[in-house]
Amino acid sequence: MTASEQSIRSKTALGATAADSVRTEAAIEIAGLNKWFGSFHVLRDVDLRVMRGERIVICGPSGSGKSTLLRCINRLEDWQRGRVVVDGVELSADVKRIDKVRREVGMVFQQFNLFPHLTALDNCTLAPIWVRNMPRKEAEDLARRQLARVRIPEQAEKYPAQLSGGQQQRVAIARALCMQPKIMLFDEPTSALDPEMVKEVLDSMVALALDGMTMLVVSHEMGFAREVANRMILMDAGQIIEANEPNEFFAHPQHERTKLFLSQILR
Amino acid sequence: MTVTHSTFIRRSLVEPEPPPIARQGSLIFTRGRLLDRPTNIALTALSAMIIVLLGWPTVRFLFIDAVWDGASRVDCLSETLGREVGACWPFIKAKLPQLMYGFYPESERWRVDVTYAIGIMLLVPLLIPRVPGKAPNAILFFAVFPVIGFFLLVGGVLGLPHVETRLWGGLLITLVISFAGIIFSLPLGVVLALGRRSQLPILRALCIAFIELWRGIPLITVLFFATYMLPFFLPENWRIDPLLRVLIGVVLFAGAYMAEVVRGGLQAIPRGQFEGAMALGLGYWRMTGLVVLPQALRLVIPGIVNSFISLFKDTSLVLIVAMFDLLGQLRAAFADPTWAAPTTLLTGFAFAGLLYFAVSFGMSRYALFMERRLSSRALHTS
Repeated sequence: MTASEQSIRSKTALGATAADSVRTEAAIEIAGLNKWFGSFHVLRDVDLRVMRGERIVICGPSGSGKSTLLRCINRLEDWQRGRVVVDGVELSADVKRIDKVRREVGMVFQQFNLFPHLTALDNCTLAPIWVRNMPRKEAEDLARRQLARVRIPEQAEKYPAQLSGGQQQRVAIARALCMQPKIMLFDEPTSALDPEMVKEVLDSMVALALDGMTMLVVSHEMGFAREVANRMILMDAGQIIEANEPNEFFAHPQHERTKLFLSQILR
Repeated sequence: MTVTHSTFIRRSLVEPEPPPIARQGSLIFTRGRLLDRPTNIALTALSAMIIVLLGWPTVRFLFIDAVWDGASRVDCLSETLGREVGACWPFIKAKLPQLMYGFYPESERWRVDVTYAIGIMLLVPLLIPRVPGKAPNAILFFAVFPVIGFFLLVGGVLGLPHVETRLWGGLLITLVISFAGIIFSLPLGVVLALGRRSQLPILRALCIAFIELWRGIPLITVLFFATYMLPFFLPENWRIDPLLRVLIGVVLFAGAYMAEVVRGGLQAIPRGQFEGAMALGLGYWRMTGLVVLPQALRLVIPGIVNSFISLFKDTSLVLIVAMFDLLGQLRAAFADPTWAAPTTLLTGFAFAGLLYFAVSFGMSRYALFMERRLSSRALHTS
């Protein structure tokens, strides 16, 4: 273990919690991450180590930097100080490294970001064909399997505009899964959905969790968090305030900010 | 005051019914939309009057009073016929070869016809959505056809005699300039628009400078420069064909305008589309080619076609650099004393107008058709 890795551990001690149930290699290592939007210090000394197979749910008030943190992991955002290592690849301005990481990290967005000019199936096959150079036939088989996995195989030929919000988000999950990622990032995946459609998306995510996917989820779905998370993280003002195993986190929050936050969202 | 506490529980659901039958028919339309109020009656009457006042003389000129057969100006004079004379169609008939081919040698005109035929055979299946094989068809039309057309028209190979471009004229010149302008200005415009939105400062500055330079000067100046000034700047033995010089000028000019149209489309693509593509590991070129441009170009179809139509009509400006396009040939034909009759001028312009209108209106309607077809999938949902 290098000196910097040790410093991550000693600073946060995050790796210790819930680590028994997961394998012990780090999928993601974030150390001393600092980011500014203009003069606004959005991420402040964030340290986080995510183990393979670990499922982390990040919550916190809006503007706390949780989405930004997630987006640093596949470098949709860059940063001014600190390091992010994903699957053994340290991210830098080097485009090759960024693309390498992005191939292994799937992302699901709040607004789905499906490609409206392509059918659900074509949305799913685009990256396997053009990034992984997979033959079309094989990519389509894979896409149909992933669409079946999120339980909408019958919607393959439809365009995004013809689907409900919940179906669109499940296509987005299938699209990310078609790249056979090692890590999945979810940025408030149910926040833009009608209440009746939240469950169908969460069900797909639970199934994914049960299959052992490494997941980082920014969400306020506390039921989901209790069900699948190994670790809960509360962020506020660009920093990790509290990280703990879910039962403890909900039952005995330590930090005042956590208590306040939980009292606001749990009634 | 009593407050009634009301509880409601639905016992049976209402089954869907077909909508009531719409009231239709020409009588209901006339009464309901055209003659339903005094102001509408007045407007309808006024419109009808305008249509009749403008339409009737046009119909009379083009058809009823028109002369259909004849050999010279004498046949188109009201003195000869003893009645009012409309369009002098024999004039067009007599001048048609010139209007179509200019001074392209008569024995070689079949080459122009063959070029047209190949072009139409490749274009028609490309325009009909149901016909399969769009990709090879597009390559044939946009990449192979220009090469074939070039060698067919210019000659000098395979035993075809060389035909100098200064002999070309009429509709041929109009179509050659329009076609080259259209197929080269769009890709140029796309490249410039992408460059203008690039993160690379020097590339962006160059693209902005290029676009603004060409947008800042009138096409006539461009044509003048290309024809009369450019040779001074080039080495003696660097003789570029005059038509080619004009073509390059037109393409660069139209490309600058196209760039701004395309840029409008690029700006309308939500950030999320870029992020979605990047998160999948698509690099810049794949993201641009597979995700961004297909959507951006669809959004700006009306603007693109608008540019095409204006380019098509602007080709008539080449007259200024002594090239005889359709209008140029027409004006040359007016000078022929054999056909100097009072209505030849109007007939000629009516003919040219109808031709330009047919092509422009066709482009416009086809674009509308494509737009509807593509937007039936309702591009953006949120």
